[in-house]
Amino acid sequence: MIWFAATLVALTLGAALAVMLLRNLLAAVAAASVVSLGVAVMFVVLQAPDVAMTEAVVGAGLSGLILALALRRLGLARLEIGDAQGERDA
Amino acid sequence: MSASIGLVFFVGAIGLSLIGIAGMLLSNHLFRMVLALAIAEAGANLLLILAGYRWDAVAPILVDGQPAQAMVDPVPQAMVLTAIVIGVGVQALALSLVIRVRQRYGTLDMRVARQCMQDELDEAAGVTPGRSQERPAGGRPLPTPIAEAGGRHD
Amino acid sequence: MRNLATLLFLGGLGFLLLVITGGLVFGDPPMLIGRGIQQAAPDQVGAANIVTAVVLGYRGLDTLGELSILFAAATAGGLVLGSTRSRNTRPAGFILRTGVDLLFPLLLVAGLYVVIHGHLTPGGGFQGGVILAAAFFLPLLARPQDVPDHTWLSVIEGLAGTAFIGIGLAALYQGEAFLTPMLDKGVLGELVSSGTLPLLYLAVGLKVGAELASLLVRLSGDDEVTS
Repeated sequence: MIWFAATLVALTLGAALAVMLLRNLLAAVAAASVVSLGVAVMFVVLQAPDVAMTEAVVGAGLSGLILALALRRLGLARLEIGDAQGERDA
Repeated sequence: MSASIGLVFFVGAIGLSLIGIAGMLLSNHLFRMVLALAIAEAGANLLLILAGYRWDAVAPILVDGQPAQAMVDPVPQAMVLTAIVIGVGVQALALSLVIRVRQRYGTLDMRVARQCMQDELDEAAGVTPGRSQERPAGGRPLPTPIAEAGGRHD
Repeated sequence: MRNLATLLFLGGLGFLLLVITGGLVFGDPPMLIGRGIQQAAPDQVGAANIVTAVVLGYRGLDTLGELSILFAAATAGGLVLGSTRSRNTRPAGFILRTGVDLLFPLLLVAGLYVVIHGHLTPGGGFQGGVILAAAFFLPLLARPQDVPDHTWLSVIEGLAGTAFIGIGLAALYQGEAFLTPMLDKGVLGELVSSGTLPLLYLAVGLKVGAELASLLVRLSGDDEVTS
């Protein structure tokens, strides 16, 4: 059980560091969703299913969605670094 | 479960909060500040739930047919439910402001945007922008401006 | 200089957090209020989900504050953003359109189920409200020219918020405190039980769903995609 918890915490902390260090902002938003999902699994382990559901829906779902929408509106949503903006296959 | 699981989770919660706050303080990009805010909020909520955990206790939901067992503390869970929703509201407003800053000043670098805002405020107030970071010329204490030719006006 | 001050502040904050968590006994909280609530909640409130009983029954005023904060944030965000017509009026590809058409009824059912069963299973108004908001926002991604009507969303949000406060005020007329759960408690574990709690959560779910859908629609109107 402790190895599971240690792996979970290490994954979440690694994703949190990746949010700060990644250059591509869309990847940083994805890493923020991973952090929220890791925290939601930790809530399940800590016997708090209501809070886990809220964190998963709101943190990973809604927060990731509004961050990605804001990125698209700012014009910073690029799939690769150096990709041309604008024409992308839908 | 042993007591070292508690240590692992506490390290995780404190680490997340510190990474989030460090990101907010050290980063110059406005969007990364909002991301760091999200991480700091997740860490703080985890810390609250950790305070309510009991060994060998179940979730605070009564399943019919089973007698009441030892349950974890429901009060921090209710508070964290509120905190998570408030957190996403704050993030939505912060993103709206970031979008407006980008529309108005054309940049997302915090230092450049702050300088542009300061210049606009100075212009609107009629104050000449004191751009120079150097010390003003002249001896200390500065001479009184009354009888000086040209005075101190720029 | 700024980095040094930041590191000092972070060191101090880390030390403070360590001291605080060192004082917490992990696994054996004092539970001064929690114990009383766990024993009294099934008889007093009648909800199987004790966290719901705390959120809506014992701390209903905090939930009202949370709704106000969410309302203020969504309204202010909408005001700051303004309303722009999206220039991208091409419908999305076939996969996205078909996927959204399939997902929309599923998300509606899932959201309403989570909202209505909030007092029995993990869930409730906020989780279900977010699922409903996603259900009403997805068709905009598939067909950007069909913008959902902001008027209807505002009307639903206003009515749901008024219903929440109205149910709370009805408790005042009965002589109890504001937002005390009224009506019959019913049998523990049934869908129709625990008085006004399902109604309160329904109001919360609809309000949060309409609010967040309106905010998402405003957020996705793009004005400078190519700059």
